[in-house]
Amino acid sequence: MKLFPVRGGVHPDYRKERTAEAAIVALPLPKALYLPLQQHIGAPAEAVVEAGQRVLKGQLLALAGGPVSAPVHAPTSGLVAAIATMTAPHPSGLAQPTIILEPDGREEWAALPPPIPDPFAADPAVIRARVADCGIVGMGGATFPSAVKLALGTEHKLDILLLNGAECEPYLTCDDRLMRERAEAVLDGARIMAHALGAARVVVAIEANKPQALEIMARAAAALADVTVVKVPAQYPMGSERHLVQAITGRETPARKLTADLGVVVHNVATAQAVREAVRFGRPLLSRVVTVSGGAVAHPANVEAPLGALVSDLVDFCGGLTTPPRQVVNGGPMMGQPLPSLAVPVVKGMSGILALTAAETNEQPSEPCIRCGTCVTICPCGLVPVEMAAFIRKEDIDGAARLGVQDCVSCGSCSYICPAHIPLVHFFNYAKGRLAEKAREARRTDRVRQLVEVHNTRLDKLAAARAAQAAAVEAARAEAAKATGATGQGGAS
Amino acid sequence: MLIAVGSMALMGGVLGGVLGLASRYLAVKENPLEQELQSLLPGANCAQCGYVGCGQAAAALARGEAPVTLCPPGGKAVAERLARKLGVKADLSGQVDKEPEFALIDEDLCIGCTRCIRECTADAILGAPKQMHTVLLDNCHGCAKCFKVCPTEAIKMCKVPVTLSEWHWDSPQAHSGRLH
Amino acid sequence: MSQFIVRSGPFTHAPTSVRATMGLVLVALLPATAFNLWLFGWPALFMFLATLIFCLLAEAGCLILAKKPLMPSLGDGSVALTGWLLAMSLPPWAPWWICLLGAIFAVVLAKHLFGGLGQNVFNPAMVGRVALLVSFPLQMTAFVSARPLGSAAAPGFGQSLGMIFGHTPWPDQVSAASALGYVKTELSRGVPVTQSMHHLPDLMDMALGLHPGSFGETSALLLLLGGLLLLARRVITWHIPTAVMGSLFVLATLFHAVDPGRYAGGLFHLLSGATFLGAFFIATDYVTSPVTKKGQLVYGCGVGGLTWLIRTFAGYPEGMAFAVLLMNALTPIIDHHFRPRAFGRTPQGDPLPLKDRT
Repeated sequence: MKLFPVRGGVHPDYRKERTAEAAIVALPLPKALYLPLQQHIGAPAEAVVEAGQRVLKGQLLALAGGPVSAPVHAPTSGLVAAIATMTAPHPSGLAQPTIILEPDGREEWAALPPPIPDPFAADPAVIRARVADCGIVGMGGATFPSAVKLALGTEHKLDILLLNGAECEPYLTCDDRLMRERAEAVLDGARIMAHALGAARVVVAIEANKPQALEIMARAAAALADVTVVKVPAQYPMGSERHLVQAITGRETPARKLTADLGVVVHNVATAQAVREAVRFGRPLLSRVVTVSGGAVAHPANVEAPLGALVSDLVDFCGGLTTPPRQVVNGGPMMGQPLPSLAVPVVKGMSGILALTAAETNEQPSEPCIRCGTCVTICPCGLVPVEMAAFIRKEDIDGAARLGVQDCVSCGSCSYICPAHIPLVHFFNYAKGRLAEKAREARRTDRVRQLVEVHNTRLDKLAAARAAQAAAVEAARAEAAKATGATGQGGAS
Repeated sequence: MLIAVGSMALMGGVLGGVLGLASRYLAVKENPLEQELQSLLPGANCAQCGYVGCGQAAAALARGEAPVTLCPPGGKAVAERLARKLGVKADLSGQVDKEPEFALIDEDLCIGCTRCIRECTADAILGAPKQMHTVLLDNCHGCAKCFKVCPTEAIKMCKVPVTLSEWHWDSPQAHSGRLH
Repeated sequence: MSQFIVRSGPFTHAPTSVRATMGLVLVALLPATAFNLWLFGWPALFMFLATLIFCLLAEAGCLILAKKPLMPSLGDGSVALTGWLLAMSLPPWAPWWICLLGAIFAVVLAKHLFGGLGQNVFNPAMVGRVALLVSFPLQMTAFVSARPLGSAAAPGFGQSLGMIFGHTPWPDQVSAASALGYVKTELSRGVPVTQSMHHLPDLMDMALGLHPGSFGETSALLLLLGGLLLLARRVITWHIPTAVMGSLFVLATLFHAVDPGRYAGGLFHLLSGATFLGAFFIATDYVTSPVTKKGQLVYGCGVGGLTWLIRTFAGYPEGMAFAVLLMNALTPIIDHHFRPRAFGRTPQGDPLPLKDRT
């Protein structure tokens, strides 16, 4: 298949060899599981169990809190110990409602929804409903509810389901292992998703630095006429949705549009596997594969962990920390988020836990920008990071917006390459946050203004009615006075 | 020399006259700026700026008597917009956004006097005479007018908690002192 | 552990640094510098060291006055590079006070008064050179003919010290004009270029660097070697050097073809003056050149074109420094108008149109 060039990008030190040969191992059941109600983009889920209740494996714990939301299920059977607030696996370190489950070790399954015997004959709506009920979200890290994304086929004519096995982030090998160990399952799930989307073809994109995965997936796809496995160059950020679509189709997704407008929908390989479990066996999303790596981890590994297991459980399982890490990261080192502590749970979107040493992060104090322009050269979005940062430094967020800071995908390439070690992406994340906040504020101000207007018109109406009433009373009184006056006059005259 | 001086004086006189006449006959009676400024303000007439309402605040701004940073609920965003409209350079570095607040009524202390309801410009308080009142959180914009009139101090102003989806990174410069 | 969360990602960084970049540029300058130190002897070495030291001292003084820490700024190599380039653009036997004034113009005036590293609009070394050139035209055009170290004509160590730091007179018959200067003077006397060319070193010697000129500019080949190193190590890209030399060569060649008696040829323009030094090392200065590739091409063509214009029509025989400064002033405008096209947008910044799919 012909590939198309993608602008810019960097070639970070991939450091995947530490876990690339580490087969997926299951984490022994921890003492307690902590299941946050918000593990996805959208409204938080709403708990439907109470403290003290016994639940079975796969039982619904929290219901989707809106059209864009995802339910949470019990990863094992046990007792709901409490529903409490707990530090979220999020850079803010904010607390959020979390269901605490004490496993009883019996792994008793709840009554699951029946398998869909022939998914390819099923109505796409049935598959979407199943995916929604099983709480599946984008497992590459975006955590967007998958069912919503599978509904894109209802409004767009789709050609290709692009299965993202690029895994361009350094360190991470969980998708690599999944493709090598469960190729058939991944492809089956992908084909079910393609059917749900109404897309005729499945294209699996894998970066060239994963030759075994490429070979195994190609072998598994050989018998399937509708699946193509494509080797894409190892170039960060190849796994970015829009850039991957460009590499495969040669077409740029217009700003503020979706790849679906080009007829392509991108899903992650782990999501495909989860969809298969849900559709073929009725199993909700209960666990995921996490790459535990980084220089501070004794024995890096790919661990299949039940959702809600603590990060510290996984780290201990991997032999613990050899040195205090400089940074603990959720996800890859380029786009991952720092974790506030090890006492946070594994969530649906956590593809990696990296305990990085200072030598690995190579974080240096910032120096003045020398305008070398490397950030401009490598920006895969064609932006001018140096100028945008200059605007944001002066708190001119709107100026940065005019330069397109909202087109930035926060891939981190500019911060990675900057010889003056300027935290460019941090500037852009801040600006994007401020812009979102401003938009919210503007909406709120508008709403308040509307409320005030309604209030004032009501008061005006009330005053007018009162005035009218008073006038009427006055008129009546005058009428009466006139009448009495007339009679009086008449009497007097 | 004389010609130069004369011609300059003549030109000055003529142009000055034109300007003077223009200012008299082309003058705009009402200040359109006032209305534009008012449209930038939140419009809640909460009086936190010290003026009776947003209209009066806009008038003061147009006269140049009030700073663009006058509106506490509007925060930095409104100050920026006002500064741009007025073409002034506002130093917003010292301006700390007042964190958004909402009013909370202590149900044990409320005596149902309805003063707060009459004060609320956004219809955010529900209740009837002699009955307990509650605040509709979605409508409350934290102007604190109810807070000021409550005779039993049953109203508390609370900070709106930051949610996971609303949280965002602070500027890297905010941390420059802490780095290394 | 939460005190670690002061920065968002990425949590891995390329082993790049300002220091490494500057260091590489200095290494790239070494061959040409070493050659010219040999060519112009002890006085050139003293002039070179004096300029470097004065620049470092000026930087240290500014940092102390601004109450900034000394070390990262002094040690990152940026001021050493400024001093080095300034020295390379001075006459090889310039006296110490020229070096001192140049250092003050370059470091204090052009760099620190604008806010220090990264903030200056104009190339500091070229501000130094131009300010000296307009203030002290005599000293700044006092070039010397080659007196290689070890040759009989080379001034000795002590004599050289005296020439740079004292009042020891220069040896006899050492003064020489640069090629560009000679051609210009002859032209003003009515001697056509075609004729004055015969009195100049041949093009091979010009390329090797065996001709009078500023301390670091004479050896086109060794400067090219350094430039290729910078290109290979991706410190610079081809855009600016190609645009500078291309536009200069094309303009000179065209006009030479029209009137060979009035206009010198393209090859002569490339090999004389500071063309190679300017194209690879001065016009490519990060701080004062555009950051976008399109902008760099425009900027490079501007430098090349202006260099030719100034050399050919203006009062000064040399044009590179002026051209670079003039284009420096345009850099912000060029950057504003030649942005790359954003992903998914038209060059105007609107979202790309959605094409119908069939």
